[in-house]
Amino acid sequence: MIAYLIRRILYAIPILIGVNLLTFALFFVVNTPDDMARMQLGIKRVTPEAIEHWKEQHGYNKPLLVNRGVKGIGKITDTIFWQKSASMFVLDFGFSDDGRSISREIYTRMGPSMAIALPTFIIGLLCYVSFALLMTLFRATALDIAGVSLCVVLMSISGLFYIIGGQFLISKLWHWVPISGYGEGAFKFIVLPVVIGVVSGIGSSSRWYRSIFLEEIGKDYVRTARAKGLSELRVLFTHVLKNASIPILTGVVVVIPLLFMGSLLTESFFGIPGLGNYTIDAINAQDFSIVRAMVFLGSLLYIAGLILTDISYTVVDPRVRLT
Amino acid sequence: MTHSGNFQLHSRAMNKNLTYLLCFLLCACDVWNNPYPAQDSGKSILYTAFTERPKHLDPAQAYSENEYEFISNIYAPPLQYHYLKRPYQLVEQAAASMPSVTYLDEHHHVLSATATKIAYSVYEIHIKPGMRYQPHPAFARDVNGLPLYLHLTTSDLRDIHAPGDFLHTGTRVVTALDYVNQIKRLADPRLHLPIYGVMSEYIVGLKDYAGTLQQVLKKHPDEYLDLNRYPLLGVELINDTTYRITLQGKYPQFAYWLAMPFFAPMPEEALRFYAQPGMQARNLTLDWWPVGSGPFYLSENDPNTRMVLSRNPNFNSEYYPSEGSNSDKQAGLLADAGHSLPLIDQVVFTLEKETIPYWNKFLQGYYDASGISSDSFDQAVQVNVGGETRVSDEMKQQGITLSTSVATSTMYTGFNWLDPVVGGSSLRATKLRQAIAIAVDYEEFVSIFANGRGIAAQSPIPPGIFGHHEGSAGINPIVYDWIDGQRTRKSLAQAKRLIAEAGYPDGVDVKTHQPLVINLDTTATGVGNKSRLDWMRKQFDKINIQLVVRSTDYNRFQDKIRRGDTQMFYYGWNADYPDPENFLFLLHSAQAKVAHGGENAANYSNPEYDQLFEKMKNMENSPERQIIIDRMVEILHYDSPWLWGYHPKNYVLQHNWLHNVQPNVMASNKLKYWRVDASLRDSLRLDWNHPVFWPLWIGGVALVLVFAGLRRALKRREDMK
Amino acid sequence: MSFIPVILWSDALVFLLLAAGMLVVSYVRQHEYLRLPWRRVAKNSVAMVSLLVLSLFLLVGLLDTLHYRVELKDKNAGKTVYSPEVLSVFDKLVEPLRLHTEKTYSAPLATNLYSKESVTDVSGNIVREYSRLQYAGGQKEGSRDVLRRALFGGIAGFIAAGLLIGIRRAFLHRSPFPVRAGWVQSPVIFAALSIAGLIGMTVNLAGAYHVLGTDKVGQDVLYLSLKSIRTGLIIGTVTTLVTLPLALFLGVAAGYFRGWVDDIIQYIYTVLSSIPSVLLIAAAVLMMQVTIDTHPNWFETAASRADLRLVFLCLILGMTSWTGLCRLLRGETLKLREMEYIQAAQSFGVSSLRILSRHIIPNVMHIILIALVMDFSGLVLAEAVLSYVGVGVDPSMISFGTMINGARLEMAREPMVWWALAAAFGFMLVLVLAANLFADAVRDAFDPRLNRTEGDL
Repeated sequence: MIAYLIRRILYAIPILIGVNLLTFALFFVVNTPDDMARMQLGIKRVTPEAIEHWKEQHGYNKPLLVNRGVKGIGKITDTIFWQKSASMFVLDFGFSDDGRSISREIYTRMGPSMAIALPTFIIGLLCYVSFALLMTLFRATALDIAGVSLCVVLMSISGLFYIIGGQFLISKLWHWVPISGYGEGAFKFIVLPVVIGVVSGIGSSSRWYRSIFLEEIGKDYVRTARAKGLSELRVLFTHVLKNASIPILTGVVVVIPLLFMGSLLTESFFGIPGLGNYTIDAINAQDFSIVRAMVFLGSLLYIAGLILTDISYTVVDPRVRLT
Repeated sequence: MTHSGNFQLHSRAMNKNLTYLLCFLLCACDVWNNPYPAQDSGKSILYTAFTERPKHLDPAQAYSENEYEFISNIYAPPLQYHYLKRPYQLVEQAAASMPSVTYLDEHHHVLSATATKIAYSVYEIHIKPGMRYQPHPAFARDVNGLPLYLHLTTSDLRDIHAPGDFLHTGTRVVTALDYVNQIKRLADPRLHLPIYGVMSEYIVGLKDYAGTLQQVLKKHPDEYLDLNRYPLLGVELINDTTYRITLQGKYPQFAYWLAMPFFAPMPEEALRFYAQPGMQARNLTLDWWPVGSGPFYLSENDPNTRMVLSRNPNFNSEYYPSEGSNSDKQAGLLADAGHSLPLIDQVVFTLEKETIPYWNKFLQGYYDASGISSDSFDQAVQVNVGGETRVSDEMKQQGITLSTSVATSTMYTGFNWLDPVVGGSSLRATKLRQAIAIAVDYEEFVSIFANGRGIAAQSPIPPGIFGHHEGSAGINPIVYDWIDGQRTRKSLAQAKRLIAEAGYPDGVDVKTHQPLVINLDTTATGVGNKSRLDWMRKQFDKINIQLVVRSTDYNRFQDKIRRGDTQMFYYGWNADYPDPENFLFLLHSAQAKVAHGGENAANYSNPEYDQLFEKMKNMENSPERQIIIDRMVEILHYDSPWLWGYHPKNYVLQHNWLHNVQPNVMASNKLKYWRVDASLRDSLRLDWNHPVFWPLWIGGVALVLVFAGLRRALKRREDMK
Repeated sequence: MSFIPVILWSDALVFLLLAAGMLVVSYVRQHEYLRLPWRRVAKNSVAMVSLLVLSLFLLVGLLDTLHYRVELKDKNAGKTVYSPEVLSVFDKLVEPLRLHTEKTYSAPLATNLYSKESVTDVSGNIVREYSRLQYAGGQKEGSRDVLRRALFGGIAGFIAAGLLIGIRRAFLHRSPFPVRAGWVQSPVIFAALSIAGLIGMTVNLAGAYHVLGTDKVGQDVLYLSLKSIRTGLIIGTVTTLVTLPLALFLGVAAGYFRGWVDDIIQYIYTVLSSIPSVLLIAAAVLMMQVTIDTHPNWFETAASRADLRLVFLCLILGMTSWTGLCRLLRGETLKLREMEYIQAAQSFGVSSLRILSRHIIPNVMHIILIALVMDFSGLVLAEAVLSYVGVGVDPSMISFGTMINGARLEMAREPMVWWALAAAFGFMLVLVLAANLFADAVRDAFDPRLNRTEGDL
């Protein structure tokens, strides 16, 4: 298993290099360093000298990929790509274009992101699985049909409406929680985003779990179990749930590391100072360093999620061996 | 079996959440939606919001409004604007008296102020003795009087992320040397210096000084740059409380610059402190953690959520002004006259990027003051028969009051003078521009998009600035007629006639038979901009001209402006100081964007105008100056290089527990005058924010019913089997 | 008045898609085994109602795709000159909706503006009041007129649809395709009649009122909502045009050839799918914006500019979303290639190309079809979110995303302006819901695996 893990991790390296190259190419076609400088320097009285100066200060005055002016190893290392991208492999994200430490920023922002994403994920999973089990239990009855229809309607509504509606009802009309923000006594700030996060996912997820359960319940062992006289509930919880966990895990474990990145929409609507908000701001401000760091981090976490999924199989099903 | 283990873990998390919920229901039974910690109630704290994280807090680098909101309350430059007096008047802040100005000729002989051959002007500034800096670790000293935190190693900095994390702090008396120090920083080549360009034209020797520093830095790139070792010709230290600044020629507007944080004191200790290795990596920089001698200091700096200004305990040099007009007195603005400033202990700025939460929190009492977006205008403001505005009855019941002022800024739409179609001084282009100026109905714009909170501009000069005329004398005769004592926009027929005369009858070019298409460049990518663009298109439709809106991101827009690759564009200007020069220079050809990289984005050029501008710019306000300005505005009216757009009006709403708020568009260091009645605020917040319970009950009952129903259904199913 | 037809890039793609669709339909009709699953779909009344709704949306979208420019009256003779404004047949059909713009907000079916404005009254005083709308209600007042119009319109629509169905039924009885009888189920008829009634009601009202109110600059919200349909449909369908070939060829190639081809393709899609898609899309959209801005001379009209941006957005969405389908196809091909008949074909020396086109691709088609119909609704929803993040369609383009984005702030107004948001919500819900329901029916009919489990129930 350890050999397998090492192989997987080694395999991740070329992928990360690819990710890095791709984003680098994209961003330098979009934004010349001149553009970045102008964005950062503000509106009033910006001179060409100031732009040159800014580029020099932030290391953007170098050639992109190959520095012909330097001999030896400097040809490759004394370039924007090498200096801005290679260092990320040791998780050194450097400074954002407005001069602040990105690592520090990620460190302070991951708390709020997790505070929203983790409860949303756990409560959501519980709700969706229970709802799906319920529909499976009452399969092919009016209840099931109503449940599925509800799911389809819920998943046909844009996530934006859930947020707008939730904020309007719960915060504005009913005064239950602060309308936005984050701070001491975080509980009151995270209730609403979590509830909205859970509700907005209920349609598609429950329906998906239901179809997984239905597939399991059609298998022979379930019939055998039922024939043995086990109650429907028992069959569902001991056999179906257990055997359905592999397909569920495939979809679920992969996203666990990505929870860390937070949610773009929720965080920006509720003013939560997490990583999702950070990313949106960076996109709007066209801060190349931050976006690059977030892309790298996102890919890293995704790959971690894939590896985690494999490991989780062995935990759920001892027959699975990783070689 | 691992799975059931998992389940236990989940349910434990659930339990924890449930206990939280219970606590929450029990403890905060009266107000649930208070976004601030409960222990802060009753304290003299002002709650306000900021919409964008400031980029710079270093007084040599900061130049935008959202940055000044903070640092002008932290730094104390020599002068400031009087809080109450109108028109705006400069008074002392850190200076003990207004600076004395001496005029010299080329040979440094003293001249009178009216002399024609003034070569230099010398400003002598005395500062108040005994002012002290905020507590800061840079000033902390050990028993031997040596700086405590000057040779820090990385391990010393391990747990430190803010100046407040240091155990010891100190302070020191402000000296004239600190002021001199800061002026030298205005030429520091390592910084981004927005006003270096202007100041190097005036402060004697500043340009050479930048060169000197550049060379020093090249020679010793890794050493601390000690500004004291390199003298600056135009700035002279006389004694601990006096310094002199020598300017090239006569520049009366210089006094206005002395009221901006560019000229605040900068202690050398702070520079040395932040220059230590490892500081930058921890976001410990002067640009991030200011060190000032003003009424407040930055005690918490988390621009992702909140920034907190706390009262500087060492500040005792200012008192609430006792002079003001009668109406100020009636409004109770003089009640605190003579009190030591500041009047509040803390200011909490919360990041609020979206207008909806901002407005709702204001209505719920969680912000003490708020602007009004046009969307919430009718809710807040009523306009009575005379056209006067007052708060709506609903707001009045809440005790909310309104204050209005015209901002010293102008929002305009420029024509690119270099464009072959709309630009240039030819009769054809001029008529075309004039026709468009008539067609684009800014009165309607102001009424739709700003609910009337603005004045259709007649020239670049907004009201309240010298050179502005009210009434019939002030109208733009190209666009308006003065009929029955009222400004009336000329008819569309007139605009169409001008278009025809320009060679585009019905919007079709006589020569090419192609329809006339004009491009408008904007950065409008945000919310609500589409309707503005639609409106603009409608205006051009009125005279059969096709308007193509090209909206791009800010970078591209700047790039196009710089290359002169536009036809029309939206732009705005916020005054640095209340002088017509600061507006008219936007059309001076020496400021042309394409040729000189200046602020004249329209690239307008007219030799007569330029000549008059040179003559006018350094004059004192006088009837002669007025005559020159009138002529300049007349030229502008005819040439119409801009659609003059509008001057926005500021409307500020405040709750009745907030006192001493007087709109002052020039001063941004207003917070020290404000006072908060915290107990009134607490009781009103309680009144306004009772949670609504019935949905909870209904939801609960529904949940119970559903569960009961499910149980029964399940049972029936089992029985059937 | 003469005109020239204009074919924008997205129009061309829609026509291409339409042609492809028709080809597929005629192919399917000729092969009984392919018709079988569709017959299952046709028996499903929910699917047929959804299809009815979808085809109405499609009709609006298609009418909105036929673009033209009107000739200007040119006094100086010579060459004919065309207006730079690009209109569509749909614009022409609903001309009153397009041209009847008020000054600013008005509520649905209102006769006065929604907010007060300063006007000078007869005696010369400035008063603030709700002024009368320019194009609503004529001189008539209020609800009675609205009711009357709604009733008449509804009945007219109902009768017209009833007649149409009657004729069709009579015709169908003589039809040689008894299969089509599946069409004529009572829920479908009921739905068709009520939809027709609703349309009749709307049409009759829209002539004299703003049925869904007006927005900030006085544009009719009904018009905006209807125009948004085309944008949504294009995002949902044209994107697949990009996804499809990429996913199909790369997925099948990877699965069939294995070895280094598989390695490279796997590498590419792992790299692409490991980047958070919003970030990838944002980066690509910004890049496209710059390209468009630096070449203003490529575009004759503003519409073609906005249109190209839409096409590029579809391209980008396609580039980022093909990986999932590609992985599915690769897996399926890996399975197929081990089948005996393919092994046999290989050993007989049948060329790879032939095996692929004859045996593999036809056998993965159901996966592609299911993926396409399932993706559609997701893409329509994604457009709204992307517009919020600021990387969606051109801000001058009417779409659900731009509508929601603008309407979001109106919720904070007091009294609240709810109709623009409600209209966007309603239209989007109906479109996506219909698409989802139809997609479900298609999946149920085509997925052999699912059939087994449901057969078991």
